[in-house]
Amino acid sequence: MNIPTFDKKDLKNVSSQIFKASRRDFLKIGGMLAGSFALGVSFFSCNEKGEKISSLAPNVYLQITSKGEVIIIAHRSEMGQGIRTSLPLIVADELGADWHKVRIVQAEGDEKKYGSQNTDGSFSVRMFYKPMREAGAVAKLLLIQAAVKLWQVPIEECDTAKNQVVHKASGKAIDFGELIESAKNSPIPRIQDIKLKERQQFTLIGKATPIIDLHEIVSGTAVFGIDAVVDNMKIAVIKRCPVLGGKVKSYDDKKALAVPGVLKVIPIKGGDIPPTIEKPLSGVAVIAANTWAAIKGRDLLDVTWDLGEHATYNSAQQLEELSKEVLKKGTLRRNRGNFDQAKAQAKKVIEHTYIAPYLAHGTIEPPNALAVVKDGKCEVWAPTQHPQGARDAIAQFLGISAEDVKVNVTLLGGGFGRKSKPDFIVEAALLAKESGFPIKVQWTREDDLHHDFFHALSVQRITATIDQNNQISGWNHHIAYPSISATFDASVLQPADGELGQGASDFPYNVPAVRVETHDAKAHLRIGWLRSVRNIPQVFAIATMLDELAEARGIDPVQQALSLLGDDRSITFDEEMVNGKYGNYGEDISTYPWETARMKKVIERVAKEAGWGKKLPAGSGLGFAAHKSFLTYVACIVEVKVGPDNKINIPHVHYAVDCGTAVNTDRIKSQFEGGAQFSTSIALKSEITVENGAVVQNNFDAYQIVRMPESPQQIHVHIVDSEAKPTGVGEPPVPPFTPALCNAIYAATGKRIYRLPIDLKEQRSY
Amino acid sequence: MISFTVNNKTYQLDLDPNMPLLWALRDVVGLTGTKYGCGVAQCGACVVHLDGEAVRSCITKLSRVAGKHVTTIEGLSEKNDHPLQQAWAAVDVPQCGYCHSGQIMSAAVLLREKPNPSDEDIDNAMAGNICRCGTYLRIRKAIHLAAELQQKTSER
Repeated sequence: MNIPTFDKKDLKNVSSQIFKASRRDFLKIGGMLAGSFALGVSFFSCNEKGEKISSLAPNVYLQITSKGEVIIIAHRSEMGQGIRTSLPLIVADELGADWHKVRIVQAEGDEKKYGSQNTDGSFSVRMFYKPMREAGAVAKLLLIQAAVKLWQVPIEECDTAKNQVVHKASGKAIDFGELIESAKNSPIPRIQDIKLKERQQFTLIGKATPIIDLHEIVSGTAVFGIDAVVDNMKIAVIKRCPVLGGKVKSYDDKKALAVPGVLKVIPIKGGDIPPTIEKPLSGVAVIAANTWAAIKGRDLLDVTWDLGEHATYNSAQQLEELSKEVLKKGTLRRNRGNFDQAKAQAKKVIEHTYIAPYLAHGTIEPPNALAVVKDGKCEVWAPTQHPQGARDAIAQFLGISAEDVKVNVTLLGGGFGRKSKPDFIVEAALLAKESGFPIKVQWTREDDLHHDFFHALSVQRITATIDQNNQISGWNHHIAYPSISATFDASVLQPADGELGQGASDFPYNVPAVRVETHDAKAHLRIGWLRSVRNIPQVFAIATMLDELAEARGIDPVQQALSLLGDDRSITFDEEMVNGKYGNYGEDISTYPWETARMKKVIERVAKEAGWGKKLPAGSGLGFAAHKSFLTYVACIVEVKVGPDNKINIPHVHYAVDCGTAVNTDRIKSQFEGGAQFSTSIALKSEITVENGAVVQNNFDAYQIVRMPESPQQIHVHIVDSEAKPTGVGEPPVPPFTPALCNAIYAATGKRIYRLPIDLKEQRSY
Repeated sequence: MISFTVNNKTYQLDLDPNMPLLWALRDVVGLTGTKYGCGVAQCGACVVHLDGEAVRSCITKLSRVAGKHVTTIEGLSEKNDHPLQQAWAAVDVPQCGYCHSGQIMSAAVLLREKPNPSDEDIDNAMAGNICRCGTYLRIRKAIHLAAELQQKTSER
C-alpha cells in the first residue's frame, strides 16, 4: 500500500481545455456579474499517448466584468505558502491584467467545479502552472480579437497590458471592460492556436509579488477558521480518549452542566481501529455559549474510559525494541550489486543507528470547524487543506449526499499536512446535527498535541563500506517506523513504497552495492504526514552518514557528493526496487526525471555562495547536505557556532534551489526561510513521547517550537535560473537543513549526532 | 457586571470574572483579530495592550481588566497605518498570518519603550511570540524598518 495520495493519481499528465462558463457555474460563488464574461478551465488526465482518459471537470474560473474588473478564483487552500497569490498571478500575467486591480475570490470545496483541491504534496504550482497560463492567454486572445474587429488592425500588432488591449503603432488603447460584449460572443480559441508569452515578456512570473492578504493580516481582519461566525453559533470542546482505540465507558456530566453557559453534553461515538483520517475519536462534547464555558465544562467532565489495547504502549520502549530489530535481516526493498561481498572485501566499515522522535504539527491555529446542519443539508466553514475530503466525509457520517454538503474554505493558520485530515470537521457536523445548533468545534492546544496525526518515530541503521581504493563500495540502510498506511489499515507493519521513496529507495548516489531493508513497526498512534514527511528522518540519517564517510575517506563532503552523483544523466530506480515501485511523488519519471546535472548545479552554487571551505574560528563550523524531494533540487550549507555551554547559534544558512521556472521569487524565499526554521525546531526542540498509550506533552512549554532568539540569524536563498517545469517549494527546504546542521556541529565540536532532537550534553553513540 | 474599554469603546458585560479576556474579546465583544494559540501564555498569539502594557489575554482574567483600557490589533491605529503595520506590509512578513496580530502588538510596546531597538532588544522582546511558519527574520527586519518610519514621522 502506498501513502494515500488521494486523487493525485488522477491528476497525472493533466491537460486542460477552456470553455465559456455559464451564469449557472457561478451561482455558488456569489453569482456572475451581469454583462461579464467568464472562462472555465476544465482539466482531464491523459494516457501516455496524450489521449483523454478521464474528465476532471471545470476547475478554475477567470471572470472579466463589463467594468473591466478581473476576478480570479483561487481554488487551492492558503496556509502560508502564498498560493492565493502565486496561482492567480500566473493567469494575470498571461492575460495582461493590472495586478493591482485583480480581485481574488476563494473557491468553496466542489470537485465537480474545481477538480481536486487537496492542497498538499507541494504540487499546486507544479500542477496548475500550464493550465493557468493557458486560461490567461485564451482570454487575452478573445479580447484582442474583439479589439481587432473594432480597429481593423492586424492582430499581431496588438497586445495587452494593465487591463487594456493596446495597438502600439497607432497608440490606441481600450479597456477590457469595453470589449466584453464582443468577446463574449466569439468562439473560444483552441489551445493550440494561442501563443503563450516568452519568458522575457513576463511581468509577474519570476518576480517578487507581495501576498494578497497582507492588509487583512496586519489589521487583524483576515478570516481564519477560528474566526468564522454564524447566528446562534455555540462552541463545542471535546474530551477525547487519551489512548488510540479507547472508548467512553461511562461519564458524569453533572459538574459540567452546572457551569454557567454550558448548554448540553453530548457523547461522540468513535475510536474505531483503523482510525482513518475521517473518523472521530471517542469522546464527550461540552456545548456552551462561549469557548471559556465549554473549556471549563470539559475540564469538569468525569469520564471513565475503556482504554483498549494501546494503553500499555510506551514510545521509549518501542524505540529500544526497534533499535534491536534493525540489527536483524529485514524485508528487502531495493537491491543493487552485492552488499555482503562489498562488506566482506571492505577496508573499513562504518555503521550507526539513527533515532528520531514523533512530531506533532503544532499549527499555530489549532483545528476547528463550524458546521450548520439544517433540512438535510450541511454547510461548514473550516481551515481545511482538503475541502472535498471534508465534504465526502461529512456526507458519509451524516448519511446525506455530497451535493448537500457545502464546504467553505477559510484561511488556514498553518497546515503542514494536519489540516488535510477532516476528522475535526466531521466532529462539528455530527455535533451540529445532534444538538440542533450551529456548532463550532474548538480544539485546545492540548487536544491538538494529544490527538494529532503524528509524524512517526523512527529507527534506522546504516552500514556503509569503504573499499581498498578508498571508494564507497556498499550501502545498507535498515528502516523501521510505523507506516502512515496503518492509519487506514492496521495490519500494515512496514513502510510503504511512497514513504521509502522519500530519500531511502531513491538514494541517488553511485555506490556499487545498495541494499534497503525494512522492519515491522506497529502503529500505536494516528500516524500522518507532516511537511516533507519521511524525507525528514531518512535524509537526516543518509546525509550525516555521508559526511562521516567523507571524513573517513579524507575527502571534502561537497566534492564527494558531486563525484558520487557522477556523469550528467537521468536516474531511475524501479529496476532495483524489490516487489515495489518508486513513486516519484506521483509523477511519471520520464516527465519529471531525476537529473544529476541539476543536483550538481545546486550543490556547486550553494558551495560558492556559502564560501564552503573558508576558515572559521574554533567552535564554529560549516555543514553540508543536499536532497531532492517533491521533484525540487535543494542543497544547503549551515554555519553553526557552539558555545562552551553547548549553546547552539546559527549565524548563516545558505540554500540553493532549482524548482524549475520560478513563479513568485519572494514566496519561494519565504518558504525556504520558514523551512529552515521548521527544520530548526525538528533538529533542536521538538519531541512527542508516549507513556501508557497517552501523549506526555501538553502544550508549547513541553513540545517546543523554535523562538526568535535561537532561530537562524540569516537565511540566504539562491534560486537557480531554470526554464524547466515549475515544482513546489513548500516541503523541499525542510529535509536537508537538519543534517546540514548536524554536520556543521560536527565540524565545530567533533560531536556526531545520531539522535533527534539534538542534545549535546547527552551524546550517545549508537 | 464588568466594565472596561476596548479600542476606546466602553463595554459592560455580565460575565464570569474568571473568564480570560481573550474569549471575552473573541466570543462576546466580537473582535477576532486577537488569536488563540495555546491558552497558557506560551505562544503570544493573544497579546493585547492593557493600559498600554502588553499582556497575554489568554491568561488575563476579566477581573483584572475591570476599569481598564484594552487595545487590540483592530484598535492599534486608526487607518491600520501604525509604523509596524506599514513595515509588516513593506517587508511582506506574514506567511499564514495567524500569529501576526500578537507579534505586532508585542512589537508595538517594544518600539514605544525602545524607539531604536537592537537585534538583541528585539530577540528579548519577541521571544514570547511563536511563529510556526518561521517568519522571524522578516519580523526582525520589519521592526527595524518600523523604528525608522517612526523616527521619520516624529521628525516631521
